[in-house]
Formats: sequence, C-alpha cells, structure tokens
Amino acid sequence: MEHLFSDYTLRMVALGSAVLGVVSGGLGTYAVLRGQSLLGDAISHAALPGVALAFLLTGSKTPLALMIGAALAGWLATLWILSVTETTRIKYDSMLALTLSVFFGAGLVLLTWIRQRAGASQAGLDTFLFGQASSLVWRDVVAMAIPGGGALALMLLFWKELKLLAFDPEYGRTLGLPMRRVDLLLTALLVVAIVIGLQTVGVVLMSAMIVAPAAAGRQWTDVLWKMVLLSAGFGAAGGVTGAMLSSLETGLPTGPLIVLCMGAIVAGSLFFAPNRGLLGQRLRRRRNAGRFQRETVLLDLYALGMQHADPLRPHPQGAVQAMRAKDLPVDRLLMRLNKEGLVRRAAGGWGLTDAGLRHAETLRKERQ
Amino acid sequence: MTQAEIEIQMLAVVVAAACALPGAFLVLRKMAMMSDAISHAILPGIVAAFFLTHNLNSPLLILAAAGTGVFAVLLVELLMSTERVREDAAIGLVFPVLFSVGVLLIARYAGDVHLDADAVLLGEPAFAPFDRLVALGRDIGPRALYAMGAVGLANVAFVALFYKELKIAAFDAGLAATLGFAPTLIHYGLMTSVSITAVAAFDAVGSILVVALMVAPPAAAYLLTDRLRDMILLSVGLGVVAAVAGFQAARLLDVSIAGAMASAAGAVFAIVWLAAPRYGVLAGRRRRRRQKWEFAEKMLAIHLFNHEGLPEEDTERRVGHLEEHLSWERDFARRVVRRAQSNGLVRQANDDLLALTPKGRAAASEAITNL
Repeated sequence: MEHLFSDYTLRMVALGSAVLGVVSGGLGTYAVLRGQSLLGDAISHAALPGVALAFLLTGSKTPLALMIGAALAGWLATLWILSVTETTRIKYDSMLALTLSVFFGAGLVLLTWIRQRAGASQAGLDTFLFGQASSLVWRDVVAMAIPGGGALALMLLFWKELKLLAFDPEYGRTLGLPMRRVDLLLTALLVVAIVIGLQTVGVVLMSAMIVAPAAAGRQWTDVLWKMVLLSAGFGAAGGVTGAMLSSLETGLPTGPLIVLCMGAIVAGSLFFAPNRGLLGQRLRRRRNAGRFQRETVLLDLYALGMQHADPLRPHPQGAVQAMRAKDLPVDRLLMRLNKEGLVRRAAGGWGLTDAGLRHAETLRKERQ
Repeated sequence: MTQAEIEIQMLAVVVAAACALPGAFLVLRKMAMMSDAISHAILPGIVAAFFLTHNLNSPLLILAAAGTGVFAVLLVELLMSTERVREDAAIGLVFPVLFSVGVLLIARYAGDVHLDADAVLLGEPAFAPFDRLVALGRDIGPRALYAMGAVGLANVAFVALFYKELKIAAFDAGLAATLGFAPTLIHYGLMTSVSITAVAAFDAVGSILVVALMVAPPAAAYLLTDRLRDMILLSVGLGVVAAVAGFQAARLLDVSIAGAMASAAGAVFAIVWLAAPRYGVLAGRRRRRRQKWEFAEKMLAIHLFNHEGLPEEDTERRVGHLEEHLSWERDFARRVVRRAQSNGLVRQANDDLLALTPKGRAAASEAITNL
C-alpha cells in the first residue's frame, strides 16, 4: 500500500486507471442498459486506423493528437454501422463484427506502412494494441482526465435526455426531444471514454472497461443514478487494484490484470448482490420452499381436524404423513411449526394451537 | 510471384474459404459477434496447448484450443441463463477475461513460450512457407496450408452433411426443435466449427482478422441473394476475391498481409453494399425514386378519372390546376404530366387540357379498386 504513495510510476498508473475506470464505468452504464455493450468493442478496434492516420498526418505522438484521430475513426465507424443497418437488411451484430475487424485491419495496414517509412519513430503506436499503463506520466493522466471529465459533465448536463434514451426513447420522442441527436451525443461520449482508455488497456480489452463495471453495478440497484455511481466506483476500484497487482512483479501487464479484477467484481456482484444476487436468490427460494411445506402441513392438520368438526383435534404424525408424498419431511416440519407456536404435541399426536388455527384459516382463504 | 508468394496466396485463399463457411451461418443466426468472442477466447487454450506441443500447427493444439472457444460459448450461455446480464454484455465480459488470462500466461511464462500476444492477435502468413511439411522424406509444402486445408474440408463436410439441419436452425429454430433436429447440437456443432477454424487460422491471419473473413464475405453475400446455397457459395467466392486482392495489395505496398486481406474484405462488402442489384443502397434509392414518380402518375390518373364526365371536368383537367388540387409544385406537376404522357397514361389536348387514354383509365380504375 505504501508503494502507492512513494512510487511515482505506480501512482500515475493507479491514478490513470482510476480516471479511466470512473469515466468508462459511468458511461458504460448507458451502453449496457441499452443492449449496446459490444459497441464499445467495435469503437475501440475501429480507433486503430485513426491513431495511425493521426500520426501519419501530424507526425506527432502527443496523446491529444492520437486521441482526436482515434475518436474520429471510432465515430466514423459508428456512423457506418448505423447507416448500413438502417439502409439494408444487414443485422447490427454482423455490422459490429465486420466494422471492428475491417477497421482494425486497415489500422494494421497503416501501422505497417508507417513502420517501413518512418522506421523506429513509430515505436509506441503498437502499445495501442494492448495498452501500456506502466508508461503513463502526469501529462497522460491530465490528457485522460480533461476529455473524460468533460464527457461526464455532459452526461450530467443531459441527464434527463440520456435517461429517456436508455429506458423509453419513444416517450422522449413524444415529448418533442430530438432522440436521434441524443443517441449521437451518447455515442460521442462513449467514444471519448474509449479513446482515453486505449493507451492504458489497449483496443482489445477496452470493451471490458465499458461492460464490466456497469454489469456489476446493475446487480446492486434498480436506480439509474445509483447504478452510474456504483459503476464508476467499481471501474475505479478495478483499475486501481489491477494497477497495484501489476506492480507486484515485473513484466505483468496492467491491462489484463485490470480486466481480471473487473471480472472478479462482476462475479462477486452476480453472487452476493442483495436483491438480484444469485446466492440471495437461492437462499430466498429455499426459505420460501420450506415455508410452503410447513404451511402445507399446517393446512393438512386443519383439514384432518375439520373432518371431525374440531379443527383443534390432534392427529398422529402418521396420519399427516399419509396425506403427502413420503419424501416430505413431516416430522421436521412439525417440530419447526411447534417452535413457531402453531402446533402442539398432544395425547393423540399433533394438534393446532389457537394461533395455528387462525393462521391456517387465513392461509386457506389466501390459497383459494 | 515467387514460390513462397504463391504458397502464401494459396494459404490466404484456403483461409478465406474455410472461414466463409461457418461465417455464413453466424451472419444468418445473428451471432456474428460470437466469432469475435471465440477468436479472442482461444488465446489461453493456444498458450496452454503450446506448452505441451511446441507447435502451432499440431492437430492437438488446434483441438485443445478450439475447446477453449467452445468453453467460452458455454460461459456466455451460463451467464445469460442467470438472467442477470443480457447476451451482448455476457459476450463483452467473457472474451476479454479469457483473453486476459492468455496474455498473462504469456507474460508470466515468457521465457518458456516463444509466443507473442501480438502474433496471435495480428497473425503473419508470410512466415507460413518456412514451416514445411515433410512426408516420406519429401517436402510437400507449408504445414499451415495442410492444417488449414484439413479444417476447410472439415467445414465443407460439416455444412454438406448437416445442410438441412443448419438451414432450418438458422431460419426457424422453433420449427427445428419441434421436428426433432436438436438445435442445441447443431448450435454447438457450429460453434465447434467456428472455434476450430479460428484456431487454425489465427496463425495465418490473426484472431481479429479471422472475424473479418468470417463476417464480411457472408454479409456481402447476404445482400446479393435470398437462397442459402447461393449465399454460401457467394461467401466463399467473395472471401477468395478478398484474399487475392488483399494479398496482392499487401505485396505491392509492402504492408501487413492480414490487415490488407481484412481491408479488402471490407472493401468488397462496401462495394456490394452500395451496388447490390436488389438490396444495395443505390438500388434502394433508385427504387424509391421510381416509386415516387409512379405514385404521382397514378395520382394524376385517379384525379382525372374521378372528374371525368362531370360538370367541373374542364377546370380539373388543366395542368395549372394540379398545383392547387394535389398540392404539387408547378415543376413537379409538369414533370409528372410529361412522364404520364410518355408512359401513355394521359394525353394533352389543346390549351393545357389533359385527358386520360384508355390505358390511363384502366390504370386508374385498377388503382382505385386496389385501394
């Protein structure tokens, strides 16, 4: 932990990853909610030719120039995806796969073209494939934080519109809001979030930065602003943890470790989140099943009693068991009901208590 | 072309053809992104199997790594079955995680593996001619060509043997299930085919460009035909075109062969998207324009027909009146009249007065009864 404060490189890497996590987590929320999780993958791959072209045209490797190139290419790719799916019968998923691989291929062509012409000076462009978080310096962090912060600010500014877009764009249209333009705005914000992450985690793993925090955040809440906050928090936590893990041993790449941390956060959320969590769901189901069985036994006892016109009349356990399949653990259920004060042990076996009778009568009404 | 270049070109053609076969079904079943997920998820499998075999073209490695691809599909489906994440998010979670495991394995055991994440991602067919297959003491060609050829033949066999099943599962999964065609089995068969193809091809074209060859040619073919058989054949054909054009362009410009092939596949798709006779953008635009005029001509005929033989007929027949009655711009009205005249629907009597021809009358009454 003290590394984090003493080691400049680690501090920068952790800070950069945290910034990235907050931005991609926050904006990824909308992508995940709208079922566009894979758009991020397409945009990040499509950014590669933009990076190469920006270098080719400006001859500089300053983060800002490369980011602008990446953003333009990512934006162009999204427009192409939209226009093809709107004008033909080609499906969205086909266009995502096609665009990401074709743009990536074009980027590769450009990179190899640059390599032969510019020689060694292009070194560093390759890091966009896998990212190179360990090379982050203060300037890079600032270059990530400014556009990222701007994107988040725009998200807050257009909160209402984006919320409508995510949940009910048709309603937004009837309110007279330009939903198509809101859609383009969201795509632009997503492009920004992706572009600032390319240098850290690279084009291949960037999609996880968009999807994972939001998928984890979704498990904990049904409220949009809580989900945005949680996703941003998870993004930052995954980023910082991954960065710290990668400093434990030399040669461990940061991007994949961040992605694995994110994966762990998602898995943890899937299991342990209070309402939607799988573990909670299983416990709840088990509890409900048990309660249902106990109520069944209680009603059986009531029915047996009613046959003698005396609902409180006790019956032997064998009689209760005979009313149900053999594998129903009647003995255990009766003990439990006894503990709850609904049945009592009597001379002839088990009988309802007064509370048990009242409960059975309510249940009978409910189940009718 | 030199001997080596001919061999690379052959390899490129075989890869493209082998990818297009399962790709056609991925496109039809809206599962194109599965190819992306699988081609990334096989990395840990490739690394692990490479520890054992030390040979990227060994059949054992291909099968073991393909197993990881199928495992990734299983994971995606497991995630979806929890109903906590949707399909797109499940895919977007699974493949980066598996890919990360692969990259970490490589980084951790870099000394022991002569394998590079770059190489897996990008591929380089130019090295293929160096690894020769020797049978009975004779050099019979690059090993990769045989491995890829075998996978290609396996794909042909798969599609040919299960054509009916694949077809029905692609177009009507419900019917396939009712008829007892075991759609799950077909689904996993297809996923296995995609995985094996991706593993065999990553060495030559890299795992991202496999996606281009699996999706772009079938997507283009989908715009050219409505018949499955033709779509498969066209996919293979267009894939081969992309392989040849891509490799030749790469040779000329001295750039990445795999990248150029993917770009060529994209270019083929873009051309088809624009120019496809029925489903292309230009054809669609032409059709809409033609329909606009046809509709206007029909409107004109109906207008004249409605007022034929009535007292106001003379006012209504005037070209100048159309602006008012049909709220057409003057220019537009004139052009409609000209078109309707040349199509023989109306004729212009003297003084600007229009009259229906018998053909125009028939067209108008038919249009009205069809309403």
